[in-house]
Amino acid sequence: MRRITQVLAPLATFFIAVLSSAAAFASDAAPDVTKGYLGIGAALAIGLAALGGGLGQGRAAASALDGIARNPQASGKIFMPMIVGLALIESLVIYGLLVAFTLTGKI
Amino acid sequence: MGPHSTWFEFLPGYQSLRENLEFYLGRKWTWQVFTATHFEINHLLSGLLVFAVLAFFAIRYASSVRRASDGGAVPPPHFCLRNFVEILGDMIYGLIEGPMDSKNARRFLPLIGSLFLFILFANLLSLIPGFLPPTATLKTNVGLALLVFVLTHVYGVRAHGWKYLKHFMGPLWWLAPLMVPIELVSHIARPVSLSVRLLGNITADHKVAAVFFALCPILVPLPFLVMGVFVAVVQAVVFSLLSTVYISTAIAHEEH
Repeated sequence: MRRITQVLAPLATFFIAVLSSAAAFASDAAPDVTKGYLGIGAALAIGLAALGGGLGQGRAAASALDGIARNPQASGKIFMPMIVGLALIESLVIYGLLVAFTLTGKI
Repeated sequence: MGPHSTWFEFLPGYQSLRENLEFYLGRKWTWQVFTATHFEINHLLSGLLVFAVLAFFAIRYASSVRRASDGGAVPPPHFCLRNFVEILGDMIYGLIEGPMDSKNARRFLPLIGSLFLFILFANLLSLIPGFLPPTATLKTNVGLALLVFVLTHVYGVRAHGWKYLKHFMGPLWWLAPLMVPIELVSHIARPVSLSVRLLGNITADHKVAAVFFALCPILVPLPFLVMGVFVAVVQAVVFSLLSTVYISTAIAHEEH
């Protein structure tokens, strides 16, 4: 809980600073910050997707390795479903990557 | 040659073919994700090249089986095209025998085998410098995924009659208003996910390899080419396995 607070507080400060600076600029002929937001959006898309994908794939590979360690003869039968599972988890990361490409293309 | 041109540019008549096709088939409107695009026919020609290679393999294999004295029962001892094709066919059969029983597996082997081989060779074509993979565009991927989508429903209706639509209503009749939208959305998500997964993997792979080729073209891109081979095989396996699972759930009989 404390660790989550430690991560969330700087992030929240950053967002508050950005939004308030946008409000401050808005009073006098605001410079267009759309491209900045598109960039941050693209980076966050692939960053968070890779974070979640890495955790998920790590768990899948870890349990596959556990199964092989318990029963080395089953490694052939474990390998195939592990690869399929990894590819399915990775496809969600790829969706995030596609959003990042789309947003980067709009800049 | 820039980063997006291929060996097909050196074919005579390529430029005029591209301009003619762009005039008749090009897309001028933009909407949401479909931004302004420049018309390319690289991927069409690469797809035709993959098709020509596969057709060549098939014709040579058929003629070598016909030429064999025992009707093709015993594989030849040395490494030749017949052994290669037989190994591939055996591998694909072993892959689809998991979700389906053996009778259905033999019935669907041509379909899933063609999908697997086309995607495998199309992905591997991207590793040869100077070729753009046809599976790196939504054009071919959505074609393949829509083919699988339409065929699952055709086979489902053929196996069950119009009672196949009762699948969408879930296990209990009074849950139908809740289950039908969920089932519809999950069915539409299938071709989208199939095509986008393949597209994303192959495009990302191609871009990474291109970046490292630009940085240092000698020896450094080798690990990325190895990973490209691995990704090519895994994506072909995942596409065909998922298509097999979709078709087998559509024609499954036991639950009734």
